[in-house]
Amino acid sequence: MTCPTNQLDAFVDGELSPAALAAVEAHLQTCPACSAHALAQMQLKNSVRAAADAYQPSPEFRARIAAQVATKQRRPLHFWLSPALALVAAVVLVAISVPLIARHYAHERALSELLDLHVSTLASANPVDVVSTDRHTVKPWFQGKLPFTFNLPDLTYSPYTLLGGKLIFFNHAPEAQLLFSFRQHRISVFVLKSATSSRDGVQTEDGFTTESWTAGGLHCIVVSDASAADVHALADLMRSAQAK
Amino acid sequence: MFQSAPVNGSFEELAMPLFGRLYNLAYWLARDRASAEDLVQETYMKALRGFASFQPGTNFRAWIYRILRNTFLTSQAGLNVSLSFDDADETPPEPAELHTPESILLVRAEQDLVRRALEMLPVPAREIILLCDFEEMSYSEISQALGIPMGTVMSRLSRARKAMRNLLAAQLEGTKP
Repeated sequence: MTCPTNQLDAFVDGELSPAALAAVEAHLQTCPACSAHALAQMQLKNSVRAAADAYQPSPEFRARIAAQVATKQRRPLHFWLSPALALVAAVVLVAISVPLIARHYAHERALSELLDLHVSTLASANPVDVVSTDRHTVKPWFQGKLPFTFNLPDLTYSPYTLLGGKLIFFNHAPEAQLLFSFRQHRISVFVLKSATSSRDGVQTEDGFTTESWTAGGLHCIVVSDASAADVHALADLMRSAQAK
Repeated sequence: MFQSAPVNGSFEELAMPLFGRLYNLAYWLARDRASAEDLVQETYMKALRGFASFQPGTNFRAWIYRILRNTFLTSQAGLNVSLSFDDADETPPEPAELHTPESILLVRAEQDLVRRALEMLPVPAREIILLCDFEEMSYSEISQALGIPMGTVMSRLSRARKAMRNLLAAQLEGTKP
């Protein structure tokens, strides 16, 4: 038998079929080079196993995620339908309009993901990449990081404060997230260039309000647990800034 | 299309026992505490949202690890990571000599050296070694987690270990009196 060097990893990882295992074992009896190699691989595997267990999450972080998982966990969708009814329902759904439904779900997914981004931003130890001193620090920070640009409103006489901005990746494209504060609330404004399936309009989910619109080739989505009216007022400020 | 709810446990029951291990892996990928926490946080939120699409009875660990990894790759830290690790090169590694870095290592029990070597490895190599040797995932699980064919799992693993051995050898060379 020629040396089965390409099988020694699989041998050490316990991935060989019984027949291949017997053949490799027989070979190892007679070949010092392969035996040494297999032994070395095993030692390396053991060393990695011991050395890799290096990082433990803090109890606070674990508790925070456990609490979020417990409160956010929702019942998965149940379809209490018999198979025959399900088939009828499926046929009807297809007949009505598959593209319409597909768009609807794509839209829901996009909003869900943005909502997740908003929630993780709030929970993050470093919520923004650039801290705002005023709107003139945030906008230039995005230069060269985004393939587009946008305007920020003057908030001097408004109850909103710009906390900063963050580069995010949505649909695998770089996009902007802006973080505002309004009293005790935090509001994210996502400015997206990528073609989202996001429809324009206002929606509420899990106590969060989202308001979306499209202008000048950019999609803006405002997300917050503030009231719909307060979300709308900031959306209006953003809209008029874009129109300038 | 009309899939019943997962029957083998709630998201919480499946995901929380993996928390410490996923954090450890996230740290090995992202290399600092704040980024690792962000990565784990986002992974759990995404996994929770997508849990309805998880096929009950399939491998939850490979599924959530894949989410962790995709989240990492679209994060800022992940963008700088090169995904290629000579997958095209299928040449098997040379057999080792009798006095291997590993055998010396065993005697000296230098965990720090192993850690340092792991840190120095390119991310795809570090990742596959951790999944195989630390997470003790099967090749089939690794294939699911990384979304690569079994053949690529084997060749990447082989090359990763070779790179690891070279790094260890270089370090041992550097520590000789």
